[in-house]
Amino acid sequence: MGLRKVACVGAGITKFVRRAKETGRELAWEAAKMALDNAGMTLADIDCVVIGSAPDAFDGVHMKGEYLADGSGGFCKPVMRHFVGGGTGVFSPIHAWQHIASGKFETCLVVTEEKMSSCFPAPAGAFITIFDHTTEQPLGPTLIWIFALEMNRYMQRYGLTEADIAKVSVQNKFNAIDHPAAQLPGKITVKDVLNSEVLAWPVKRLDISPASDGAAAIVLTSEHKARRITDKPVWVSGVGWALDTAYWATRDLYYPQYVEKAARMAYEMAGIREPDKEIHIAEPYDPFDYKMLHHMEGLLLCKRGEAAKLVADGVTARTGRLPCCPSGGALGVGNPIAATGLMKIIELFLQLRGEAGKRQVPGDPRIGVAQAWGDLMQVGTVVVMSR
Amino acid sequence: MSKEILPGTPLSSEEFEKSITIEEHPTLEYRWDDGIAIGRYLKELKEGRIIARTCCGCNRTMLPPRMFCELCYRPTDEWAFVEDTGVVNTFCVTRVNWDASRRGPDEPPLIPAVVEIDGASKGMGILHLLGEVDPKKVKIGMRVKAVWKPKAQREGKITDIKYFKPY
Ligand SMILES: [Zn+2]
Repeated sequence: MGLRKVACVGAGITKFVRRAKETGRELAWEAAKMALDNAGMTLADIDCVVIGSAPDAFDGVHMKGEYLADGSGGFCKPVMRHFVGGGTGVFSPIHAWQHIASGKFETCLVVTEEKMSSCFPAPAGAFITIFDHTTEQPLGPTLIWIFALEMNRYMQRYGLTEADIAKVSVQNKFNAIDHPAAQLPGKITVKDVLNSEVLAWPVKRLDISPASDGAAAIVLTSEHKARRITDKPVWVSGVGWALDTAYWATRDLYYPQYVEKAARMAYEMAGIREPDKEIHIAEPYDPFDYKMLHHMEGLLLCKRGEAAKLVADGVTARTGRLPCCPSGGALGVGNPIAATGLMKIIELFLQLRGEAGKRQVPGDPRIGVAQAWGDLMQVGTVVVMSR
Repeated sequence: MSKEILPGTPLSSEEFEKSITIEEHPTLEYRWDDGIAIGRYLKELKEGRIIARTCCGCNRTMLPPRMFCELCYRPTDEWAFVEDTGVVNTFCVTRVNWDASRRGPDEPPLIPAVVEIDGASKGMGILHLLGEVDPKKVKIGMRVKAVWKPKAQREGKITDIKYFKPY
């Protein structure tokens, strides 16, 4: 294809918290500086900057890319901000990959930031305008409605129970106990999930990830730069992304076709033919517990309708055959939208280098996949990483 | 990574609540155009009818109607009335409003649903609400019919259909 190899050589992340004292710029600075330090680089080594951040409506700050640019190391550099809703954080490395794979730049600092706590009374209100202004907004919809619609459809299609799905929340919050950035780690039970407040049946409070403030950053470079910086580069070996229609009610919600499209694109580039056998570790996007299952199926990590069984059988646990969300995921680490996707990328980076500490997945994993999802339940963004 | 203890300063709940609020109330309102396709859709809702648009490229009868087919990427062909009945594709039961506020204890929960409308192509659903039904008795696959506002109260809005009820 004439594309150059691209490596990840450094990562940084802030704590994910309900409300941070730091401004978005300060969070971006903390994560970005940590990523540079981790790579042993300075800003002078950086050719370009990409910034991922979700809706401006969260912060009430317009032109958020420009606002975040200084904190993201973008002063007088080529800076581009991208945004595909919740899918943003895994799109961020794809955007940076384009810059380097094309041959235009040698190094790129990738910064993602979200500050959801500024929006009162609840960041959920900022989402009203994603619905069609004429045919949907007058009905007073909120995002949780459509997730509940999707979860119910998924459960009904495969005969799953709320308890089957709650196991994901239990697993991921448990995994997050070992993550230093985690906002909502803990040992909870299926019963705790089932007894938590019903927000939109079948979705209950503990089925959902929290709203969070936080930032994450990585450094991507070309192959020859990476070889000089580290003896443990992690390659961005596959990228894929796809967008389904915004007429979300006119497609059947039980299966995320757009995730499969994105996954197939990434797997083809990475030379992966049997993802369920070849992938050692996965970080599917889990803003809701059922979404991890939905996305495992879209990522072709198992047959449709079988993801819940893999969780119940411990296959997706950190010590299982196919660890899913060993980080603790959005459910446990927290969900500062754009930064969550990059947190997943950072988890693969650390796991594949054998630097994940207490979270380290056994068995010397060599290939991982991370995925995020968002917009009006319509975008899939997928990155395969390997060493 | 290079730090044992990560940066980021969590605020306590107390600090969270007593934060300084700068209030701004800019006078901003939006006057959206309804467009060619949805404009006609709304006009027909006012008449108590649901109209769709057909594409002879993919043979779909599309709801909501649109002037171009996103699959075939060509202009759509004809207007077609569809029924005001359909099937529940999925639903939920909620007390949460658009701004995350909760409905009052005396108010019944809302039952948002995707309704696949009879006469439109399979899977062509719209978001609406269900009513006149015990939330515990709603089932996916249940047949429902539109309950319209009286003619004099209809304004050419999606809310001219009050809700869908079992039939
Ligand atoms: Zn067509």
